[in-house]
Amino acid sequence: MAIEFSPQAAQRIRDICQRYPNTQAACLPVLHLAQDEFGHLSDDVLAAVATQLKLPKAHVFGVATFYTMYHRKPVGKHVLMMCTNVSCMLRGGYETLRKLEERLGIKSGQTTADGEFTLIEEECLAACADAPAMICGERYFLNLGPGKVDEALAECRKMPSSHVPHGRHLATAVTAPLSPQAQAQLQAQAQVKKA
Amino acid sequence: MPADRNTKIVTRLFGVANSNRLDVAAQHGAYSQLSVALGMQPMAIVDEVKKSNLRGRGGAGFPTGTKWSFIPKGAETVYLVCNADESEPGTCKDRELIFWDPHLLIEGMIIASYALGCRHAYIYIRGEMMREVVVLQRAVDEAYGKGYLGSELRTASGPFKLDLTVHRGAGAYICGEETSLLNSLEGKRGWPRLKPPFPAVKGLFGKPTIVNNVETLMNVPWIIENGGPRFAELGTARSGGTRMLCMSGHLNKPGVFELPMGIPLRDVIYDVCGGVPGNKKVKAVIPGGSSMPPLDAEELDIPMEFDALANDPRIKPVMVRPGQVFELAPGKPLRTMAGSGGVVVMDEDTDIVAVTARIMRFYAHESCGQCTPCREGTGWLARICSRLADGYGQPGDLELLASIAYGIAGNTICPLGEAAAWPMLGFLTKFRADFEKKAASGKPAPAGAYSTSHEAHQ
Repeated sequence: MAIEFSPQAAQRIRDICQRYPNTQAACLPVLHLAQDEFGHLSDDVLAAVATQLKLPKAHVFGVATFYTMYHRKPVGKHVLMMCTNVSCMLRGGYETLRKLEERLGIKSGQTTADGEFTLIEEECLAACADAPAMICGERYFLNLGPGKVDEALAECRKMPSSHVPHGRHLATAVTAPLSPQAQAQLQAQAQVKKA
Repeated sequence: MPADRNTKIVTRLFGVANSNRLDVAAQHGAYSQLSVALGMQPMAIVDEVKKSNLRGRGGAGFPTGTKWSFIPKGAETVYLVCNADESEPGTCKDRELIFWDPHLLIEGMIIASYALGCRHAYIYIRGEMMREVVVLQRAVDEAYGKGYLGSELRTASGPFKLDLTVHRGAGAYICGEETSLLNSLEGKRGWPRLKPPFPAVKGLFGKPTIVNNVETLMNVPWIIENGGPRFAELGTARSGGTRMLCMSGHLNKPGVFELPMGIPLRDVIYDVCGGVPGNKKVKAVIPGGSSMPPLDAEELDIPMEFDALANDPRIKPVMVRPGQVFELAPGKPLRTMAGSGGVVVMDEDTDIVAVTARIMRFYAHESCGQCTPCREGTGWLARICSRLADGYGQPGDLELLASIAYGIAGNTICPLGEAAAWPMLGFLTKFRADFEKKAASGKPAPAGAYSTSHEAHQ
């Protein structure tokens, strides 16, 4: 089934393309946008991206399968990325991951039956000083020991989907508005006193 | 005057509420150096940066001014790319820097672009940093709104207009390597390129390109304000300024700190970070991100600075095998390196083999697959280390690990090969007894458990 971008998304793609000397360079941002638009990058979505950017389908497929953040299969409403790399491992990252698996009833890499959560064992999230760390969309869960898993999951359940709103921000359109969710979070985060 | 622990160049706004908003940042002097810099001739800025001894903060520590001077004279199109693809395990400074002070980065990039003759600069930010993408894009929008970006500015060498685009990555450690980053920015898979040609000659879209780290560029406005020589005086003989250290692992007070260049590691661990929980002893320290060979408990008095970490004779050389030193060049042993400033501290109870296995699994996962020694070798290292860590060590495993690692190093297009091989050999050199103990087990592994790349590539 052929897939088409909404007129709004098509306009955004044109805006994105203006930031680069050729359409190929827009491949990553447009794939992000397509994922936000359609939830995941099915073969049909990749074909639509190729058409929009006038690129060979094989090129778009090659790019989409190289990067780990492009989902080729449907993912949950909230994508949990739990780090277990060395700094997190030393401070209980694996214990937290096991707890998440236990609470969600899935293994890392899987999606819950109700479609709420996808759990991913992530590589370093650059939050090593606050290990163990997990991110869900724009929200960081820091110093996330196994004892704080239930609280974190409860908070995630209340949040809007972790991956859909981002199309608004990533694509360089000047003076793009922030989502109210992002604004509230940024304000809260800015209050946090850091070392 | 050398920096003290209160000298803050890039972290002045850490902890200030709403510091990433332009109105707040402006109260703290954001963009105040822009008019000063634009009143200078571009070459004068490059000279000032040369005099500052500013060295690249991403990992290699290459002198920034020298890098800038590699741009061919008369080049019509030049690109400046900020590498914000921070993903070296143990490193968490750029994410914090972008969050607290994105306008300092933008100011640094406008000044650098003017100096280099760049008209469109890009920030390649790591895909996972969604919060920082939002913060940075909003800051860029604010700078456009104020006319710092996208509008013609008057300068000592005529009108100058800069566009700045935030380009979000999509999950690939390899894209922190500069040529891979450029391919990714061009919309391709993140495969590194052979060098030469270096990016300064043939980089983004085939044009001369400078790739600089976030922290590197954020130091530029201070250099304009205070002059290169003063920046140089803050640091050590050949490394100017301060240094961001990302302190993680077994510490009472982990954190991201801007510290004097060359501060002894022991002071950082015990003074700045309050020592090790439970008063345990330190067993190992990764000094600059997980691709750097570790230090052991006898090597904590080393100054945290590029040259010392590479050359200080108190750091035992990494060995290929007992009796054979790993040499970077004839007569130059590999000790370790300052890398990206990611310091990971491990206490005396740490299972070093398990840590090594986790690190090797990371590199196996992140190998881009272009070069056979790295694609295959990192997987072998990960599987053998995992098997050892799980209690199924076999006699001969140590020699096998060393020979695989030695076979990767120097035989790949980009340094990801070394990034796996160096810590492998480093941990084997300094914690050999831990590995020997595991190898002595001799217990056969369950059939098939370690025979595929499943563990490494899951």
